[in-house]
Amino acid sequence: MTNAQLAGRANEPLLEVDDLRTYFDTPRGIVKAVDGVSLRVDRGKTLGVVGESGSGKTVLSRSIMNLLPKTNTIREGSVRFEGRELTTMKNKEMRTIWGAEMAMVLQDPMTSLNPVTKIGEQITESLGIHLNEKGKVAKAHAVELLKSVGIPAAERRLGEYPHQLSGGMRQRVTIAIALACSPKLLVADEPTTALDVTVQRQILDLLESQQTQRNMGLIIITHDLGVVAGRADEIAVMYAGRIVERAPTRELFARNRHPYTEGLLRSIPRLHQPSHSRLQAIPGRPPDLVDPPAGCPFAPRCNYAQDKCLTETPVLAPHAAGHEAACHFPVGTTAGQEALARNVAAGRTAAGTPLDSTVLATAGAA
Amino acid sequence: MYVLRRLPSLIATLLAVSILTFLMTSLLPGDPALQILGAENATPEAIAAVRSELSLDDPLPVRYLHWIGDALTGDFGRSYRTNEPVSQAIIERLPVTAEIGLLAIVIALAIAIPVGMLSAYRAGTRTDKVISSTSFGLLAVPNFMVAILLILVFAVWLGVLPATGWVNFTDNPVQNLRSALLPALSLAIAEMAVYTRLLRTDMIATLQQDFVTMARVKGVSNRRILFRHALRPSSFSLLTVAGVQVGAIIGGSVVIETLFAVPGVGRLLLEAVLVRDLLMVQGVALVIAVSYVVVNFTVDILYSYLDPRISHGRSSARV
Repeated sequence: MTNAQLAGRANEPLLEVDDLRTYFDTPRGIVKAVDGVSLRVDRGKTLGVVGESGSGKTVLSRSIMNLLPKTNTIREGSVRFEGRELTTMKNKEMRTIWGAEMAMVLQDPMTSLNPVTKIGEQITESLGIHLNEKGKVAKAHAVELLKSVGIPAAERRLGEYPHQLSGGMRQRVTIAIALACSPKLLVADEPTTALDVTVQRQILDLLESQQTQRNMGLIIITHDLGVVAGRADEIAVMYAGRIVERAPTRELFARNRHPYTEGLLRSIPRLHQPSHSRLQAIPGRPPDLVDPPAGCPFAPRCNYAQDKCLTETPVLAPHAAGHEAACHFPVGTTAGQEALARNVAAGRTAAGTPLDSTVLATAGAA
Repeated sequence: MYVLRRLPSLIATLLAVSILTFLMTSLLPGDPALQILGAENATPEAIAAVRSELSLDDPLPVRYLHWIGDALTGDFGRSYRTNEPVSQAIIERLPVTAEIGLLAIVIALAIAIPVGMLSAYRAGTRTDKVISSTSFGLLAVPNFMVAILLILVFAVWLGVLPATGWVNFTDNPVQNLRSALLPALSLAIAEMAVYTRLLRTDMIATLQQDFVTMARVKGVSNRRILFRHALRPSSFSLLTVAGVQVGAIIGGSVVIETLFAVPGVGRLLLEAVLVRDLLMVQGVALVIAVSYVVVNFTVDILYSYLDPRISHGRSSARV
């Protein structure tokens, strides 16, 4: 391979998702769970996908991984993994990629391990399928994997069942299973949500160190901005099946543009706040994804909402290098300031939502 | 150990079963002595003689202790009518019932497991609907109807299997199997339908579990997911009901054995009840009840094999 070719491969994104749509045909109507998502993950990089429950982030991960049932699912757009189109691949082809090149860690380690199968068997299974390792070789490899994810007495653990391990240990095991065949991309769907806070950090550190060692692409899906804050290279904020803001992590925290991101950031409790300060939640709930209303899906909950927001759906527009947001009146711009000032003066937004007194206070302070 | 911890409750159950069996037959109206003697010989003196010979005048608890003490040594007394030892009659008949019952369960499971899995794997499709409605149809037909249909098809029209009769395994293994097949099939068909439905339901639930997604994402083939990952966690209801159904099969065999003129325990019981052969009824009922309890005890033990959490969970709960 020439240097130019090598450079070309290195520049080629590991995963490129282009205008991915995933709709479910239900008796209630078409649920637009993922509605035109584009994203890109490079080798050795971490993408954080953040959104509250119902924002479509889990469907997005399943859709990227090609795990959704074929019946009653409408899927458009493209998912390219190292240049190979996944959306048209049959399960048979996917099986050579699943586990070997793309792997996944699920939210709840209580349920993502088979309760009636020994841990050793669950790890060696994919070693047998993809690397053709059997017997002693596979066992030795499994021990090595368990050690690498920080499980003490690894040999003994092989013969144990999942219920004999703590939650954190179990999640380490699922990570060991996911890493078994050195995948190029790891999708972690809420990897720490079901765990104790003290264990969460250990698991995130483990994911980070494994990613660096293996130069692996990593997607962390979470509802908690704090989880991806110091770890992701880039963060995509999802709302109602769409990405509403995407930026390099520092940029997002320093200059967020979308009011939803602002709301998420405000709702993180801060240590420097006096105790018993009221946590600033985002009012309301995410919209129903069957027949979403026209205009910006966040408008009913947005302090900045103007008449335009109720009729015109904003698209992602660039704000800085690698920073895009889908908002007509972005936070931190003159247009945004004026919109907020108008709503504060009226005491309500264009969508009819009364402004919270805390917002008025912070707006007044700013 | 799990088995040892369960032993006291097993013994208590067996004790209760033996008392109930004894009471049920002893409290029936009518005098066995009268039956034994026949109406024309039943002078009061003869009746009194027979009653004292059989200790029928002793108080119930004494009679029970006497009976159960002998039963523990394998002596269930002698038939009032034929004077044959009850235990020997049972030992002769039991293998026939056991063979038919076992064959029925094996046939039912051998068909229900793959069909139930297929139905779950293709849930909501035409295959699933055909399997489901067929199961419901088979469930709705009583087993004696099935038996008559089977006789009509296989014995009368096709002439490939005997309609009635029994050949011992030791006499001719092939003929033995042929004579067991139709009775076993008659019992198996309803069982099969139940098992298929149960496995389908549990399997659909299992296939939605995260660990199945996890297995898919490991690159495991569908076949392997179904058999290696999903079957065991889906088979609890199946195992429970199969255990309980052993009782139903023994009970059901009364009808089926009579219909096919097969010399099993069920027919023995029926004949004994008809002629008020008290000790025979007691003995057979006890043997049926005990085998029922033992089978279900075995099923309990099998749970801990199917789900390793059971034995561990209980032991930690007790500490």
